[in-house]
Amino acid sequence: MDTQLKPVIAGYIPLLDSAVLVAASRMGFAEREGIALKLVRETSWANIRDRIAVGHFDVAHMLAPMPIAASLNLTSLAVPTLAPMLLGLGGNAITVSAALWAGMASAGADAGGDPASTGAALAKVIQERRSKGHAPLRFGVVHPFSCHAYELRYWLAAAGIDPDDDVELNVLAPQLMADALAESQLDGYCVGEPWNTAAVVAGTGRIATYKQAIWPDSPEKVLGVTRKWAETQPDVLAALLRALSAAADWCADVGNAETLAELLSGPDYLACPIEICRPALTGQMRFGKNTTRLISDFLTFTGGAKAAPAGAYGDWLFEQMVRWGQASPSEDARSEVRKVFSPSIYRSALALTDALSEPAFRLFDDV
Amino acid sequence: MPAAVAAPQHKCCITNGSAHNGGMSGGLSILVIDDNKIRASIIEQGLRDAGHERVILVHQMEGLVRQIADINPDVIVIDLENPNRDQLEHMFQVSRAVRRPIAMFVDKSDSHSIEAAVDAGVSAYIVDGLKRERVKPILDMAISRFRAFSKLAEELEEARTELADRKTVDRAKGILMKSKGLSEQEAYDLLRRTAMNQNRKIIDVAQSLVIASGLLGE
Repeated sequence: MDTQLKPVIAGYIPLLDSAVLVAASRMGFAEREGIALKLVRETSWANIRDRIAVGHFDVAHMLAPMPIAASLNLTSLAVPTLAPMLLGLGGNAITVSAALWAGMASAGADAGGDPASTGAALAKVIQERRSKGHAPLRFGVVHPFSCHAYELRYWLAAAGIDPDDDVELNVLAPQLMADALAESQLDGYCVGEPWNTAAVVAGTGRIATYKQAIWPDSPEKVLGVTRKWAETQPDVLAALLRALSAAADWCADVGNAETLAELLSGPDYLACPIEICRPALTGQMRFGKNTTRLISDFLTFTGGAKAAPAGAYGDWLFEQMVRWGQASPSEDARSEVRKVFSPSIYRSALALTDALSEPAFRLFDDV
Repeated sequence: MPAAVAAPQHKCCITNGSAHNGGMSGGLSILVIDDNKIRASIIEQGLRDAGHERVILVHQMEGLVRQIADINPDVIVIDLENPNRDQLEHMFQVSRAVRRPIAMFVDKSDSHSIEAAVDAGVSAYIVDGLKRERVKPILDMAISRFRAFSKLAEELEEARTELADRKTVDRAKGILMKSKGLSEQEAYDLLRRTAMNQNRKIIDVAQSLVIASGLLGE
């Protein structure tokens, strides 16, 4: 290893949206910015949180709400954490068991994943189950402070389903979801790719709807960094952000999708069949046995201005925390959240000088 | 109530001690969740030696909510490799089956313990309200046993590598002896000299030779 390179250790969870970190480390983008980026695969978000808190990791692949939860002291081993860059937009889906999908389809669920239609169908199934005295349906999410939890809850609530009373919500590691569905321990789950496709390919699950349909172009994973590290290593962080931005642009090029699929499915990263990595990377999504759809922005990687965090994203995530009783609203908390999702570090690292504009966003049930 | 949902394959063995020796730390029940049965046994032994009789080992997560409700542990020790930590923490927050709220073991001010635990690859949780003095020795024990286990595993790995290296060097020597008509000592000297001249390790030269020889069909 070139001793002139600055070492940076990054923790990540094996998911398709670790792509930007993997590409930066393996395709030369980090070296070009003078960084030796070493990736450490982790088995739980709790480990990511703990190991960044004790300084094992300089930076990490994090669920977008994690830096907020850490900065607001809502989890154990919480240390002030920043989200200086978005590592991916979209990429999640809500998958239900084949049996549940059969019920939803009879209740009129849209085969193409329209959230309003599939939600309404699920509400009918739940009503019918209740009238028959059946146990509540069980859904899985990867973490209480995750976009998965908020998307699932938002989708359920929009259809008049109370996520805390009408269904049972469990937490389970992403790579275990498809098996839990196959074994009828879960009736559905919200997870990042490739763990929806895994169930579709196995024939045990059907994608009911997806993040890009629920909240288009919304952040999913972010680069997480403790405020302390950001303050003590500003130059290294800036160089890392430039490297990640270039890596994200490379990942976004559909011409690189096959190389990326090969890299990510390899034994050092996801260690899974390459077939389940391709759909989200190419946009050729398979929702069920006979339904495929081209959704080119299902999972988006992007460098440049689009990868900048924005206060508005943080606001929405914090609103969900308040809505579901995880956080108490306060002006202090809101201003802290805005600092966590501030675009300034990223913009200055990339020397972005265009006028700062808050991203326009719209949820599926906005009228 | 969230059920513990987990991958299949589970076993649990309850190994409650029979005799109560009235040790100073007696009375606490400790649940050890670890997929690695050998390491779990090492921790169990350590805790028993320290006078803890109620040590319960769980290797899998299925049905864990029920088990935790039944066992009602004061302390839970879990290895960091376990992919179910997020599930476990969520369960502590929301489960009505687990009677008392359970918090992260180490308190925030004790950063030394936190670091030591994470370094060693272990995490622990206690029920709310337990005195730190009572649980600190348990965490210390878990940390030292995890470390001892890692050291053992490293040594084993080193021994394996060493053995494999020796075999490769032997094969390289064999190739040189056969192709150049050298004695074993001469073959070894040639490997060593080549390594020195190229500023490489003997094992690397031997490896290259074995691979090259394989490619050339010996």
